[in-house]
Order: sequence, then structure tokens, then C-alpha cells
Amino acid sequence: MRQVADLLAAIGAVFSLSIQCFFAFFRAPMELRPVFYQVDHAGIQSWSITVLTAVFTGMVMALQFSTGLEPYGASMYTGKLVALGIVRELGPVLTALLVGGRVGSGFAAELGSMAVTEQIDAIRALGADPVKKLVAPRVLACLIALPLLTMLADVVGCFGGMLITMDEVGITSRFYVQQVLDTLWVVDLMHGLMKSVFFGYAIGIIGCFVGMHTTGGTEGVGHATTRSVVATAITLLVSNFLLSKLFVSIYG
Amino acid sequence: MVYEDATLDIYPGETLTIIGGSGTGKSVMLKMLIGLLRADAGSIQAFGTEVTKLTETQFIPIRRRIAMLFQGAALFDSLTVAQNIKYPLREHGWKDEKEMDARVHEVLELVGMPNTEKLKPAALSGGMRKRVGLARAIAVRPEVILWDEPTTGLDPINIRRINGLILSMQEKLGVTSVVVTHDMDTCFTVSNRIAMLYERRIAFVGDIEETRNSGLKYVEEFIVGGRGTLDPADDEVTKV
Repeated sequence: MRQVADLLAAIGAVFSLSIQCFFAFFRAPMELRPVFYQVDHAGIQSWSITVLTAVFTGMVMALQFSTGLEPYGASMYTGKLVALGIVRELGPVLTALLVGGRVGSGFAAELGSMAVTEQIDAIRALGADPVKKLVAPRVLACLIALPLLTMLADVVGCFGGMLITMDEVGITSRFYVQQVLDTLWVVDLMHGLMKSVFFGYAIGIIGCFVGMHTTGGTEGVGHATTRSVVATAITLLVSNFLLSKLFVSIYG
Repeated sequence: MVYEDATLDIYPGETLTIIGGSGTGKSVMLKMLIGLLRADAGSIQAFGTEVTKLTETQFIPIRRRIAMLFQGAALFDSLTVAQNIKYPLREHGWKDEKEMDARVHEVLELVGMPNTEKLKPAALSGGMRKRVGLARAIAVRPEVILWDEPTTGLDPINIRRINGLILSMQEKLGVTSVVVTHDMDTCFTVSNRIAMLYERRIAFVGDIEETRNSGLKYVEEFIVGGRGTLDPADDEVTKV
């Protein structure tokens, strides 16, 4: 019972931090330089891990689908399934999980270290707002970076699927690309991208929330980092199902 | 509950030292004064304003008049010494880089740390970090400085240097200081008045002579534990 109460309190506190973060960002003076820095740190520097994950995910999906569809003589449609799977589900989810692990834990560790060495108190004592200085740029950077990385993952994942489909099924790249273009509609892309916006928000706000509330010295920073990764992963997986259900019921 | 009866007045221009055992709530008292921790009950007034109910935004004007030197200095690791000192200046609306550079130079001279502008905090010793923390605190010319364990963990030379700085802030800038310390040498060197937290209350307030002659067992035990004797020592320090 107490764990449920703690969970509800934490959700309420995250919601409260989100509202503070929204108003803090738009409160003058608007500071864009920290946002650009965080977009580079959280987004651009995550491109390699995103590409690596997406290409192999696309490849393994193509391998499994082409093998599974072969007895039905439908392996030439592998591209359609790979494209739908990547763009709607695996592109946004795997990108978010990886970026959440890399960036969200980094936020928790960085802000956690600042919390235990009283640097966050110092920001407040110097008359500044730590939510505006530390949380808002990071959350906004994740909101910007995640959709961009997801688009990259979509393209690279489909490309990885094409390589294997060409090899396993023997179709041409032109045929594969045509199948992908025939299958995907704007709504499919939006389906994945809208999820990625929410995932970006979740990664940023959870990492920052856990970091800002770190106590217990260096040991506490370690715990905060672990807690942030676990909380982010669970949030991403649960919200992915709920968002998929919502989008499917709306758009089909 | 941290305190049961903690009534204390702090007068302009004085240096008040708060002493007391570990865990008695000395640092908590400083953090409550500047709104980093909030009191559940009672009243705290700063410059005539009741601060216990202020929001974070309402607290900002108060925080711009009160600076705090944290126990570990709390310098921002990712910024250089100069950037650390410019941080509160920017928050106070300073925009001119030349003026900020001049203020950085001035306060670093004042704390005896010239030509360290480009160093990162990781390259500084504990004593140097505290002096840069002080430079950052005084850059905006605060009326009050809260010193949280300013000499803890420092060697005797740095302790004398920090003590000298506390005295200098009072003499040169007319700053009111509230010092939390366990170090009785520091206490007797810098204080105009001394307050002792004991059993969740301000159990004693007095000047140095009154403290030495209080006749209160818990005050004497604290002094003897800290200095080994009740006799006044040579408290002269090198003023920076």
C-alpha cells in the first residue's frame, strides 16, 4: 500500500515538475544555447548507437519475416511488414530505450552529482531557478532529438531490411522500396513520431526528476542512475502499448 | 522536529557564530534563512519580510541580498572560476562582459586568488575552492553572508586565511555574517556574538567574554572539547 502511495506521489511530483519546466522555459530570458548544447549531447551524439541498433533490427526482422512467409509463398511482401514494424513500433521504441539508457541515466547522474554536492542549492541561493537552468533545456532537447533520431532509425531500419530481403528473397532494391512506399502512409509515420515526442519527454523529465531528488552522496548517485534507467524503460514500454492502442483506435 | 525554541536576532554589520554538536541543525538554520529548506512552523524574518510563506520566485529578491558559502563551496564543475563568479552577476542582470571581467578580477584579488580565472574547480585545492566560492558569493555585494562550516577540512594556514576573510568582509564591505562552525578557534576569532544550539533550542547567546564565562556546563564542555582550555588563546590572524 505504501509503495502505491509512493508511486502516486512520484507521478504527481513528475507532473508538477513538467508544469514548472514548461513555464520556466518560456519565462524571460529565453536561453537557447543550453538547449542546442543538450540537443548535440543527447541527440546528435546518439546517432551512431541509433543507426547500429536500427540496421540490425531491420535485418533480423527481414530474416524472420522472409523465412516465416516463405511456406505461404508470400516472402516477397517482407518489405511491407518490415516497414510497418519499424516505423510504427520498433523504430521509436528501440531508439527511445537506447537513448533513455544513454541520455536519461546521464541526466540522472549529472544532476544527482550536482544535488549531492549542493550545486543545485547553490543555483537557488544565487537567485536562479534550477528548473529553468537544468531541467527545461534537457527536456526540450529530448523533445527535439527523439523524433529526429526516430526518423533516422526508420530509414536505416528499412535499409537494413532491404539488404537481407534482397539476399534471402532475391527481390530488387527498387521492388523493395516501392513496396515500402506503397505500404507506408503519413499516418504510419505520424504514429511513430508522435510516440517519439512523448518518449523524449519521458526520458528527459524522468532523468531530471530522479537526478534533482538524489540524496545519499556518491552511493545515492549510483542508485539514482539505476532508478532512472528502470523507471524510464518501464514508462516507455507501458506508454508504448497505451499509445499504440490509442492510435490504432483512432487511425486504424 | 529540528527545533523547539530557536529565537535568534541577527543585527546589521555583526558576525554571529552558531555553534553546537553535529546534527543539532546548524546548517539547517542557515538553509532556512535563505529558503533552501522551509520551516513547518514558526516565523523567520529577513529584512523585515516574513519569508516562511514565500514562493521560490518571491524569494529571489531576498536571495540577492543574502549570499551563502556552502561547506564544499558548491562550485559548478563544468564552469571555469571566472564563469562561476559571473553566474550570479548574469542572474542580477549584468550584461557587459568587460564590467563582469573587472568584477571577477576584483573579487579574486580580494580573496587572494588572482590569475585563476581560467582554472576549472577540479584543479583547485579545498581551501582555494572555498575562496572561489566566497568570491562568487561576494561578487554581487550581498548585505549578509551565510558561512556553512567555512574552515572544515582545511589546513591551519587556510583556516587562518578564511578567518581573515570573514573579518575582512565585515571591515571592508560592512557585511553581516552568520557563521556555522565546530571550530572554536574560528568562533573566537571572528565572532561579535556566539549562539549555541543545544537540545533543539538556542540555549545560549552572548559575546566572546560572556561565552567564556557563561558558567553553563554544555557551553564549557563544547569550548573545552574544541580547544582543550577555557583560557583565551592568541586569536590574531593575518587579514587578507
